[in-house]
Amino acid sequence: MSDGCGAPAQTAIGDTPDTGDQVVVAGKVTADGGPLGGAYVRLLNADGDFAGEVQASPEGDFRFYAAPGEWTVRALHRHGNGQASVRADGPGLHPVAVAVA
Amino acid sequence: MSREDVLVTTQWAEENLDTDGVVFVEVDEDTTAYEGGHIRGAVRIDWKNELQDPVRRDFVDKAGFEKLLSEKGIADNDQVILYGGNNNWFAAYAYWYFKLYGHDNVKLLDGGRKKWELDGRELVADVPQRPATSYTAKEQDLTIRAFRDEVVKAIDTKNLIDVRAPDEFTGKLLAPAHLPQESAQRGGHIPSAVNVPWAKTANEDGTFKSAEELKELYANAGLDTSKSTIAYCRIGERSSHTWFALRELLGLSDVKNYDGSWTEYGSLVGVPVETGTGAK
Repeated sequence: MSDGCGAPAQTAIGDTPDTGDQVVVAGKVTADGGPLGGAYVRLLNADGDFAGEVQASPEGDFRFYAAPGEWTVRALHRHGNGQASVRADGPGLHPVAVAVA
Repeated sequence: MSREDVLVTTQWAEENLDTDGVVFVEVDEDTTAYEGGHIRGAVRIDWKNELQDPVRRDFVDKAGFEKLLSEKGIADNDQVILYGGNNNWFAAYAYWYFKLYGHDNVKLLDGGRKKWELDGRELVADVPQRPATSYTAKEQDLTIRAFRDEVVKAIDTKNLIDVRAPDEFTGKLLAPAHLPQESAQRGGHIPSAVNVPWAKTANEDGTFKSAEELKELYANAGLDTSKSTIAYCRIGERSSHTWFALRELLGLSDVKNYDGSWTEYGSLVGVPVETGTGAK
């Protein structure tokens, strides 16, 4: 566990992970149908306000620990930007894919 | 103070990579970021392992800071350009820290590492070898650092700005959403604090908003700029970012950063805590 504000290393999460009581929003950034690494991935709440940001792994993976609610995941990359919405009803994994163009 | 006095653009940075007397310093918590690639010629400072006392919860002392900067090859009169990941959180923290120890010739790279990468500018793996210096620091300038007793006294008196995300302010989350939820003993905020999340001061590419936009943001939040101000977050780095916006970009005179922040306040026995959106 980190006691700072840096995100843990971003890794792919399995299909049936043990997320405990955490609300996890996770997924992959893609471009042209393939994974895109290194994008800056921002989590925005239902009002569009910023809640967190990570840099996707070389394989495009990202992960947020959120609260239940409607979220927008927005990815920024020198090759383009993209975003997707996801609804997290409660604890567990809430997958979302973001295509950048 | 103008924006050019405290910030440099990525374009300026790229044009000044080889300028004598200019030292680029990357400040990250994530050491792998620097190792994976950094601005050519930049040295690295680890905010935790190098700027924090290894035993007590406090900063390295004056002698420790002098030793660190001497080893990094930074001289008293060098112009230090700080940048980093996390939207410059830790670079802003280092900026405040450099000011705390009296290094006046310091600026932030506007947008930090993110803007540099989004611009598609070059990152290198080579680690520069700078000859050691004999750096001399000043005593800590405590006019920019707040401690807990002063913060408790500031309730309903000074401006208290909580710069965490709304869900952290209300007590719903204990840490930012990209982190596992762990932290202080209690969730919530310091009574009378206004919630102006640090992110509202920045554009999505990590650059700071204009002075006009910042002025409007804080006016809408009800900040009385005639009063003294204390900014806090969870561990004092996001609030350094806001301290920078208020003092360095807007020019407010009495602005302090409370580096103990919520991890200290939210674990104190006997102090008042407010939850929800707050009355003000």
